[in-house]
Amino acid sequence: MANLKLTDVGKAYGGTVEVLKDINLDITTGELIVFVGPSGCGKSTLLRMVAGLEKITAGTLEIDGEVMNNVPPAQRGIAMVFQSYALYPHMTVRDNMAFALKIAKKTKEEIDAAVENAARILQLTEYLDRLPKALSGGQRQRVAIGRSIVRDPKVYLFDEPLSNLDAALRVATRIEIAQLKESMPESTMIYVTHDQVEAMTLASRIVVLANKGIAQVGSPLELYERPENEFVAQFIGSPAMNLLAGEIVATGEVTQVTLPEGAGSISANIPTTDADKGRKVNVGIRPEDMVLASGPDYAYRGTVEISEALGEVTQLYFKKSKPEHEPVIAKLPGIHTNVRGNEMHMTAAPEKVHLFADGKSLLYR
Amino acid sequence: MSPLLQGVLTILIGVGGCVGYFYASNLILDKVIFPPTKTDPGRNINRANIVRPWLFLFPALFALGLYLVYPVIGSFWRSLYNRAGDEFIGFGNYTTMFGDAGFQTALFNNFLWVLVVPAASTFFGLLVAQLTDRLSWGNIAKSLIFMPMAISFVGASLIWKFVYANNADIGLINAIRDLFGASEPLDVLQLRFWNNFFLMFILVWIQTGFAMVILSAALRGIPEETVEAAIIDGANPFQIFFKIKVPQIMGTIVVVWTTITILVLKVFDIVYTMTGGNFGTEILPSYMMSYMFRDDGRATAVAFVIMIIVLPVMIWNIRQARAEMR
Repeated sequence: MANLKLTDVGKAYGGTVEVLKDINLDITTGELIVFVGPSGCGKSTLLRMVAGLEKITAGTLEIDGEVMNNVPPAQRGIAMVFQSYALYPHMTVRDNMAFALKIAKKTKEEIDAAVENAARILQLTEYLDRLPKALSGGQRQRVAIGRSIVRDPKVYLFDEPLSNLDAALRVATRIEIAQLKESMPESTMIYVTHDQVEAMTLASRIVVLANKGIAQVGSPLELYERPENEFVAQFIGSPAMNLLAGEIVATGEVTQVTLPEGAGSISANIPTTDADKGRKVNVGIRPEDMVLASGPDYAYRGTVEISEALGEVTQLYFKKSKPEHEPVIAKLPGIHTNVRGNEMHMTAAPEKVHLFADGKSLLYR
Repeated sequence: MSPLLQGVLTILIGVGGCVGYFYASNLILDKVIFPPTKTDPGRNINRANIVRPWLFLFPALFALGLYLVYPVIGSFWRSLYNRAGDEFIGFGNYTTMFGDAGFQTALFNNFLWVLVVPAASTFFGLLVAQLTDRLSWGNIAKSLIFMPMAISFVGASLIWKFVYANNADIGLINAIRDLFGASEPLDVLQLRFWNNFFLMFILVWIQTGFAMVILSAALRGIPEETVEAAIIDGANPFQIFFKIKVPQIMGTIVVVWTTITILVLKVFDIVYTMTGGNFGTEILPSYMMSYMFRDDGRATAVAFVIMIIVLPVMIWNIRQARAEMR
């Protein structure tokens, strides 16, 4: 239904404290965009700026080609679902959903039809005359979503809608939201979360925010397979990607890197030029891509300090070589017993290896 | 002995007495009455624990009984006797009182007070609380509006006597009338019927601060997100205030309203100081005071009528306050 375009958008409090700057983003109709990032990165602020609850201090926001910077929230064609549900506690479910339509002076027939329809979609029909306090957390969140649906907005905004739910309900509601999105293919949604599982499962594209700006925009698997920088590489995926210091020794279609720390070497399917020879890089290997080295070549050698057996996988934490380093983690499929204290040689397939110079991936040059 | 020393001594004896009572009575209960003896220590400990709450509650219950329950019964009993207190006349005091024109005026005026003062105080308090909520100098404004709360009713009345003074050089009202070309000053306190409202205004002036403080805290307690949701739903500031904020603090508004109502039913100082109950401004408490020490039978009868009127408001008030706490 709607395109959204952010151009050089920025936010500064009191003209001095800058929290966001130079945000450029194009969102097309029917997308479900997820903003993720560490806490305090400004993802909620950006969403609230789109909603109109926070003033945009730099750049422009366009919805369907119309500049919305100074348009009041109600006229932007957006609807928002809050983390705390934000239901009106003194109104029944029906009145909560009808409130916006009553304010907009819609006829009673229109209001009733919209409310009944939303209630049917969200399976709230039998709860219409209850007060919010008589509902469970999941039902309250559905009412909050229903309040958005009745307004038939161009853009749906979700601000961490599942954070207040318990783990089981969170999964169920996440699937409900995915189904809801599927039933409304032409609606545009922006979804803020700090939970990367939500981001990976729901998003058509993920926007990773860090350091006041966008670290990378892309489909979930693009971010996982081809992260642009070390931040995205470590933020997406759990446990985080291992980064090992190394030096490029051979260049070409396949790059050869030695790792002085573990005294091994590894090749990566990343093309490099002669100029890169001798360059200091960080070798990135995801824990799940680490495999036991069979031959004399290995990338990392370490002693297993902790081993977590989860059944389907075994997570190995290697002893740190320096206390300030993060431990290297390997996630091996299946069950491995009695590995604690063993010295192991690890490596990874060349297509699974990432190379970063000065924090940026060598893939994107 | 100097009064200062007396005061200090009184405090020491009072506080020491309290501490001494709780300590000593507890000790006696545990060591003398129900000592945990060798034969059956558990039973005695349980017994002591059943008695202990009553032991600690006793001073409060005793004081409340002596100074609240007994006077109620005593007053009612006294109201059944004649002026001198030596002849039982049943409900005679009540029948003559209800027939008295002064009492009827007082009852009617009191009705006006109860109608106007709590409503106006709560309304202005809510208005100020909302208007000062987001202002940088809001706290200064609130402090100024709260200040009359610190003035006694008699003190406030004296201040307003100047405002209402029958003299254009002193009285604010007559000064304003003078500005608009009135030749003769007017004594507003002698304006029949309307003078009641000038007196009520003093109490509204005092109580607005109280309402404002409580309602301001209640407004702050409203989840900000419900307001933001209403903004997104397209509500304008008036709709947000009346349809989202006020309903959410309705419980608090009722508590403030009823608390002021109870206060209004007890206030006599303002009327007593301003007009002495003349010019048709009598209300029940001042009517009672005018009979006190002259005709205690009649005075206690009035007191009882006031209590009967206050009682339902009081019960409602306590119920609401309890519901708010839950």
